[in-house]
Amino acid sequence: MLTVLVFLPLLVAGVLLLAPRAVPDRACVPVWLAAALAELVLVVIIWAGFDPGGGIQYAQRARWIPGAGVGYHVGVDGLSLPLAALTCVLFLAAAVHSLRRGTAATATATGGGPPRARAWAALFLFLQTVSLGLFTALDLILFFVFFDLSIVGMYFVIAGWGHGERARAAALKFFLYTFTGSLALLLGFIGLYLAAEPHTFDLTDLAREDPLAGRGAHAALVLLAIGLGLAIKTPTVPFHTWLPPAHTDAPAAGSAILAGILLKMGTYGFVRIAMPLLPGVWRQYALVFVVLGALSAVYGALVALGQTDVKRMIAYTSVNHMGYVLLALGAAGILTGTDDRARALAVTGATVQMVSHGLITGALFLLSGVLWDRAGGYRIADFSGLAGPAPRFAAVTAVGALAAIGLPGFSGFIAEFQIFTGSLGSQPVATAVALTGILITAALFLRALHRMLLGPTRLPGSVRTGGFTDLTPAETAATVPLLGLSLVIGIVPRFLLDVIEPAARALTGLVAR
Amino acid sequence: MNENPAALLPELFPAGAAVAGLLAGAWLPRRRQWAVAVLAAAACAAGLAATAVTMATGREQTVFAGTFAVDAATGAGRLTVLGGLLLVLAMSAETFRGRAREAEYYVLLLLTATGTLVMTGANDLLTLFSGYLLASVPGYALAGFARDRAGGEAALKYYLMGALLGTVMLAGAVLLYGAGGTTWYPGLREALPGAPPGLVAAGLVGVLAGLMFKSAGVPAHFWLPDAAEGARPPVAAYLTTLPKIGGLIGGFRLLHQALGGSGVDWPLLLAVLAAATMTLGNLAAFFQDSAARLLAWSAIGQAGYLLMALAVADLGEPARRALLFYLAAYTVTNLGAFAVVCELPRARTLADYRGLARRRPGLAAVLLVCLLGLVGTPPTAVFLGKLEVFTAALDGGFGWLAVLAAANTVASLFYYLRWLAPVFRSPPPPPPAPGGGRPEPLATALGRWAAAAAYLAAALSLLLGIAAGPVLPLTTGPLLG
Repeated sequence: MLTVLVFLPLLVAGVLLLAPRAVPDRACVPVWLAAALAELVLVVIIWAGFDPGGGIQYAQRARWIPGAGVGYHVGVDGLSLPLAALTCVLFLAAAVHSLRRGTAATATATGGGPPRARAWAALFLFLQTVSLGLFTALDLILFFVFFDLSIVGMYFVIAGWGHGERARAAALKFFLYTFTGSLALLLGFIGLYLAAEPHTFDLTDLAREDPLAGRGAHAALVLLAIGLGLAIKTPTVPFHTWLPPAHTDAPAAGSAILAGILLKMGTYGFVRIAMPLLPGVWRQYALVFVVLGALSAVYGALVALGQTDVKRMIAYTSVNHMGYVLLALGAAGILTGTDDRARALAVTGATVQMVSHGLITGALFLLSGVLWDRAGGYRIADFSGLAGPAPRFAAVTAVGALAAIGLPGFSGFIAEFQIFTGSLGSQPVATAVALTGILITAALFLRALHRMLLGPTRLPGSVRTGGFTDLTPAETAATVPLLGLSLVIGIVPRFLLDVIEPAARALTGLVAR
Repeated sequence: MNENPAALLPELFPAGAAVAGLLAGAWLPRRRQWAVAVLAAAACAAGLAATAVTMATGREQTVFAGTFAVDAATGAGRLTVLGGLLLVLAMSAETFRGRAREAEYYVLLLLTATGTLVMTGANDLLTLFSGYLLASVPGYALAGFARDRAGGEAALKYYLMGALLGTVMLAGAVLLYGAGGTTWYPGLREALPGAPPGLVAAGLVGVLAGLMFKSAGVPAHFWLPDAAEGARPPVAAYLTTLPKIGGLIGGFRLLHQALGGSGVDWPLLLAVLAAATMTLGNLAAFFQDSAARLLAWSAIGQAGYLLMALAVADLGEPARRALLFYLAAYTVTNLGAFAVVCELPRARTLADYRGLARRRPGLAAVLLVCLLGLVGTPPTAVFLGKLEVFTAALDGGFGWLAVLAAANTVASLFYYLRWLAPVFRSPPPPPPAPGGGRPEPLATALGRWAAAAAYLAAALSLLLGIAAGPVLPLTTGPLLG
């Protein structure tokens, strides 16, 4: 079942690429849409059959390269299932978004949709396989394969469909930077492999065995390598510098996937690999992650405040939001001053935050694509009074911004409330510092809304004749459901929390052993 | 004493085909000389079949007074050399079709491949040296085969370095003979611990000089970029891959079998050589604009990763498996990239490849797989090779070397992307005046054989990575001594 879920998009991508030239490029996006819908149905079926208390389920394990200790092992638990579901939702949104008609900045010869639609659809299908594979992988090398391929896929999205020459530079920076992280990760994995007896890369075996318990320096080096690799991907301060250019110059759907899914690979790596496999050193160095998390939260918010470009601003708020996740995970590793429930609450909050950030930021990045399509730019100062010509755009953007602030009623509130409640007991200072990030984020989002949506209508000269048109049906259909889902999680969160909580408790149990 | 010639069938087939091809070439008219290429391919196929039989039936043995070992390492080396040679033959088909001395070209290729095979199995210093000569001398002629100025320079550089370092290698062998009283590895292993360490170290350095020349390791690497750029693309493809196999497997056997307990700290020496080779190769590749030259420097960088396995040769099994698998993975991947270069003879600089994805999507896919493969992106074969090599290095206590290799891998990504980026850009605008200026670089494609070699190599590179499960055990098994 999981194997089908993971590899179906890749299969469709292969069919699209090998299809004869007679099949027009226009037909590719609908095929992609159908595949993304099928994936969503599959993941809903998996969710329906999932028993929250049952640990890892739908597991499939096969020998792959036994000589090297590598196996094919996939499965989902309460930490990975929500992210797998998020992946399916967000890729469906990206597919819907790609249905929109070509506009000023994406003037195309294909008559509609993005240029080179065949390659575009194939690349996103490939990325969906990679993302689902990563979230379901239970073998370190399998995880690494998908981790690395996500970088390759996103490189081509940014370099091929980004905004001009700058995008190629940004894509190169993204590739080199995150590839450095992935090699650090690989060295860390090898360190784990060599410590286990018999040597294995299997996550479940390694978690059971805890091979690095009581091996101070070796374990610390492995955590350093894995932590560095994941911190670059997440990204946390000071390893975040690749993120703003990559986001700014990527196409809207690419940004949405990059922020919504690919960043989660870093934080998911912490809960799936760093914490359960290296519990001893995680406890020992948890404070480092707490500090990094709080620092990222505040620094990301402050730098976002100073941005003049909408997309850069949203990109920096990602650093801020991921900072909360890291803060919670660090706090979950500190045993003094808390109890099991507080630590499990922090981990639950961190996981909800991953889902919530994926939905909200994904929607915001898709909305920012509207600015590029109509006006070819993202400068905040260039726009004013957009609520006049584009009321729907203004309304949806306002809802998205409020959700990103963490207003009660949206998923971000649930997540951040749990994170802060869970972390406060052991880390009052860091939590208080991180809390200021919420205030700053609120200020910057409200300021941007105020400047761009309200007031007299003023548009940059690059807007094509006909003015700033409102959201098209495809754009609406891509963004509104994401925010709607965030609202559902914010109001009736139990369906999500019931899945996450048992897994979070199991994880904190592993960390505390 | 075991003097079973049947154990040497994979070496005898190409050697016999070379002799037959030389005779046939003298009689065949020029338009029928392609028959020699078919003969060479048949010899490779027969050699592969013989190797498969040997490996499947477990006929591991040492022959001719123990001077030649037929074991798992030899088997893996034979498969890689003969398989690689088949790919090189396919790449050469169009480049040399109907040219003067077509038959001789294939004869030289067969002879040098035979020399490489002898080096992989050599269990005696003199066998190793005769393999070195047999592999090198036809190689010099191949480098200058086009008989133009660039080819002449390539051949001369290759020859001078090879002759010099060959002499040094022989001198080193003499010193080791003097120290141990024998040139046979098992004999040396017993005698060397009692010999003066300085003498052993000097002898080892001398022999290593020749082996580093073969594997294009620092400091004996200077010849490769010039030779690869000056020689015809199929010859460059050969020079950057096959000689390495002989040099590195031969070196591994020497270090593991003869110098195991000698008291000379050769692991550190090899680690330093590996570090220097990978760093220099990768840094020098950064701003190369010629595709062949870039691949040559990348081949030097890759030699550095391979030398890591030699530095931890004492580990035995993990190091040997890493070396053999990485060699096979590197050979097919590098040959795939070179096959694209052969197929597009007019595209010499990286900028010439602009728009390839639109013009020839298949070849662009091959470049994508092979260049990202050379970086070590999963799930290609080189990724698994790198994983094994890094694991062996960490296991052997060379953590700093593994970290350096990881840093080098990131650096190497930069220049491979310099090549890949134009491939996926939109094609350049057509030249303003038809007939004026340079002809369109991507318009000329050689033909089916080179393209088939490219597709096959890329597919193998992926397949070796994904289906490594059944392949990896082929590289396991003790060295015989």
